[in-house]
Amino acid sequence: MAEKTSFRNVLFNPFSKNNPVIVQILGICSVLAVTAKLEPAIVMGLSVIAVLAFSNVIISLIRNTIPVNIRIIVQLVVVAGLVVIVSQLLQAYAYDVSKQLSVFIGLIITNCILMGRLEAFAMANGPWPSFLDGIGNGVGYALILVTVGFFRELLGSGTLLGFRIVPQWLYDAGYANNGLMILPPMALIVVACIIWVHRTQNKDLQEK
Amino acid sequence: MNKQSNVYTLVYIIILVVVVGAALAFTAISLKDRQQANADADKMRQILASVNIRPAADSIIADYEKFVIESYVVNADGTRDNSIDAFDVNVAQEIKKPDDKRLLPVFVCRLADGNTKYIIPLYGAGLWGPIWGYISLDSDASTLYGAYFAHQGETPGLGAEIEKPAFSGQFKGKRLVKDGAFMPVTVVKAGQKPSGSEDYVDGVSGGTITSKGVAAMLDNCIRPYKTYLEDIAKK
Repeated sequence: MAEKTSFRNVLFNPFSKNNPVIVQILGICSVLAVTAKLEPAIVMGLSVIAVLAFSNVIISLIRNTIPVNIRIIVQLVVVAGLVVIVSQLLQAYAYDVSKQLSVFIGLIITNCILMGRLEAFAMANGPWPSFLDGIGNGVGYALILVTVGFFRELLGSGTLLGFRIVPQWLYDAGYANNGLMILPPMALIVVACIIWVHRTQNKDLQEK
Repeated sequence: MNKQSNVYTLVYIIILVVVVGAALAFTAISLKDRQQANADADKMRQILASVNIRPAADSIIADYEKFVIESYVVNADGTRDNSIDAFDVNVAQEIKKPDDKRLLPVFVCRLADGNTKYIIPLYGAGLWGPIWGYISLDSDASTLYGAYFAHQGETPGLGAEIEKPAFSGQFKGKRLVKDGAFMPVTVVKAGQKPSGSEDYVDGVSGGTITSKGVAAMLDNCIRPYKTYLEDIAKK
């Protein structure tokens, strides 16, 4: 029973209480870069979930064989290999999105969430909990990405996934898209707003 | 077995790299055809964009085959070079050669209204990286019909504005031949005029270096076509 709860914690804690972006403040750079539109945010979220889950499992499987003094290099090689595979798959099956995401897929390698989870969790736990941990943290990251992307595309372009949401009569009445939402600084401010709301809900996370 | 020994570490990392390398090589080879098809379709989309045809993602190839009736490579003296397919010419490599050594691709497009347009590829340097595009000419081989520009990493909101219709739309109606002289259209700062009498469009405010890059690209890429275009104009 105790084990079951811990699996559940491993999977669901990163969604909110231990979210990698808004609680641990990791992976902020890609949140700024890919969230101007919703679609790249979703694809980036899925890519990180896939890379994180598989690299966690692989590292967890070989964790007892890795020589301690080169463990970071081994982790990097595994992550880099997976990231290149994801990038190649996107180029083959989602060419437009891969053009939009351009370097940021490659930069998943340097995403702090990955190294953090590999070093802190996968090196010390079995493949199944590591897989759940990867999924959990990936989804936690993707949730924030999609939320930020949702608000930035809606307010910045008046569209969602490319479809027009803000009706024409509103523009005729004098409404204008907020161009500032497209620029990276607004991603930071939207993330800050999410953190604000999140901490108001979870009083135990507030710093004294 | 001593997992901290140098031999173990060395063997471990060699095996790891070989396994990962094999996985990457397998992925790259098995996806290569699909990626190439995507890149080709994207190139067709850009060529069609220069004549203001914007097909849906699934009809790019069909529309390209429908509208682009002919494509060939010419030399600087206007003669055709049939040894290579125009679509396969790497313009980025060609612009580094002297004018008379270059392979000059031409895409001939017949629009739905029956008019013939000649499309010329462009390639140059912006502020942060390469810029490229396609420009289309009317059958008088002088009047510009449309232009398409793209870039790899120009500053959003500044240099990157060259890809917007607000910039590329300015080229429509400009002429390459004025008073009998052949002069590629240039780009100047908004409100200014070029020193010569050539036609010009306004550059992007705050994107001065990118705009100058577009001007240099137009000059460098269109000038070698002089003889070829004069031949067309005579017909």
